[in-house]
Amino acid sequence: MAERYELRFSGAGGQGLITAGIILAEAASIIEGRSAVQSQSYGPEARGGASKSEVIISDQPIDYPKATIVDACLAMTQEAADKYANGIKDGGLLLLDADFVQRAPQGNFKVYRLPIMRMAKEDIGREIVANVVALGAVIGLTGVVSKEAGEQAVLRKVPEAFKELNKKAYNMGYEKGKELLN
Amino acid sequence: MAKKVALLQGNEACAMGAVYAGAKFFGGYPITPSTEVAEVLSKELPKVGGKFIQMEDEIGAMASVIGASLTGAKSITATSGPGVSLKQELIGYACIAEVPCVIINVMRGGPSTGMPTGPGQSDVMQAMWGTHGDHAAIALVPNSCQEIFSETVRAFNLAEKYRMPVQVLFDEIVGHMRERIVFPEPGELEVIDREAPTEGPDTYKPYDATKGQVPPLASFGSGYKFHVTGLNKADDGFPTTKASLVDAEERRQIAKVMDNVADIESNEEYLTEDAEVIIWAYGSTSRSARYAVNELRSQGIKAGLFRPITLWPFPAKRTAQLAVQCKAIVVSEMNLGQMIYEVERVAKGNCVVAGEFRVDGEPINPGQIMKKVKEVI
Repeated sequence: MAERYELRFSGAGGQGLITAGIILAEAASIIEGRSAVQSQSYGPEARGGASKSEVIISDQPIDYPKATIVDACLAMTQEAADKYANGIKDGGLLLLDADFVQRAPQGNFKVYRLPIMRMAKEDIGREIVANVVALGAVIGLTGVVSKEAGEQAVLRKVPEAFKELNKKAYNMGYEKGKELLN
Repeated sequence: MAKKVALLQGNEACAMGAVYAGAKFFGGYPITPSTEVAEVLSKELPKVGGKFIQMEDEIGAMASVIGASLTGAKSITATSGPGVSLKQELIGYACIAEVPCVIINVMRGGPSTGMPTGPGQSDVMQAMWGTHGDHAAIALVPNSCQEIFSETVRAFNLAEKYRMPVQVLFDEIVGHMRERIVFPEPGELEVIDREAPTEGPDTYKPYDATKGQVPPLASFGSGYKFHVTGLNKADDGFPTTKASLVDAEERRQIAKVMDNVADIESNEEYLTEDAEVIIWAYGSTSRSARYAVNELRSQGIKAGLFRPITLWPFPAKRTAQLAVQCKAIVVSEMNLGQMIYEVERVAKGNCVVAGEFRVDGEPINPGQIMKKVKEVI
């Protein structure tokens, strides 16, 4: 992947999507040794309202640090989908939370759905890890970093007591994301 | 051993650069989008025996920085546009009293409270002319997290070497984005410490021009006593209105910078050699410009990038040379045209000078720069 690859994570402020972006950028730049830039929308309205985090990954140094045309986008809520699921490249992909996004934006990209919040709550037992489930799913779907790099980056970020929980969340997301490709 | 790496925000990299440079004092008042600089230094400075003080406001913060520096501590403050406005009188005081200090300005939209969370580059003229009176200024404008680290170190070096305030300006985009930083080992980047006086306290004069353009500064608390004032002063630091002394001091304080532009200047050029159009851009806008240059080149348009890293003193000589060699210069900045006046001044009509500006809180994207380049060529 020599060219730049652009990802956008969007959802409700407080859902941990900026953290998911940071973890992905660490997986690419610290663990895999490639270039990555992470940025976020930064507004007083962010908490509760729609928020987004962007990650650019490349094997070359990255000049323009914001998204130009998005390769992969995640939207966890309807508001986020309406506001941020745009500028997606032809042939790109959009992953939606199956329960929280009813209307998918139109475009020449593939739309995938996973009940991300429900998986976190019911399968893992903690809604708070929904961002890690989502991160796993995006990595499974896109292969933008290796499964192992993503897992290592998650584990670097969380306190000891929550490592198992997050590992489980990441791996479930990853497997479900990969299954969507079949 | 492998070097330490981390994914850091620009603001965090700035704080770590200050620690690397040997900063021992931060006095500030938090303001978006600069707050992380203070936050990180509040944790890091105590670990190295330094002090962190959150003052009652930005004016008090600047005063505390000047006071701390006079005791010999490398001192820094960080703020954004409204805070820099409040600090202006004391920045002038630091200029005339010749007190080394570093002022970080993470630029947002303005004037006044403006748009606290949006990026801007509209404080660049303020960095030169914000405080009143004739004076020289040094301002650095890094464009990446790694460069914020190294330019913060250089800001301390220049402040200590030339005994004056140095500003580092970067916009909210670079301040808040995260990139990998490779931490330099101790000794890898040059760290300059203040020159101490060679004579004893009885004969020491803090503004003795016979000691050179930058007379050594003694530290309070080390046995030296001297007078510090914002008034024009004689070599002993006490006020004077004697015309010849005032004139010589004013001129020395500007000459210490302008005679040393070669030491202070730092620029980056990308594909300027055969360029017909040169994009003149700094900070995050220069990253958009570099992207635009690559795209334009792939379309057969000979574009290049000139990026000042030292914005003040203005890179007049090189900009004037480029104006002779190319057909057009496109100045792109997140304001409604500030540095373009300087570019026009030194281009002297030798090439077309056009501007591509933006002040809506969104970054200048490569597409709009490319469009402007195509218009002027």
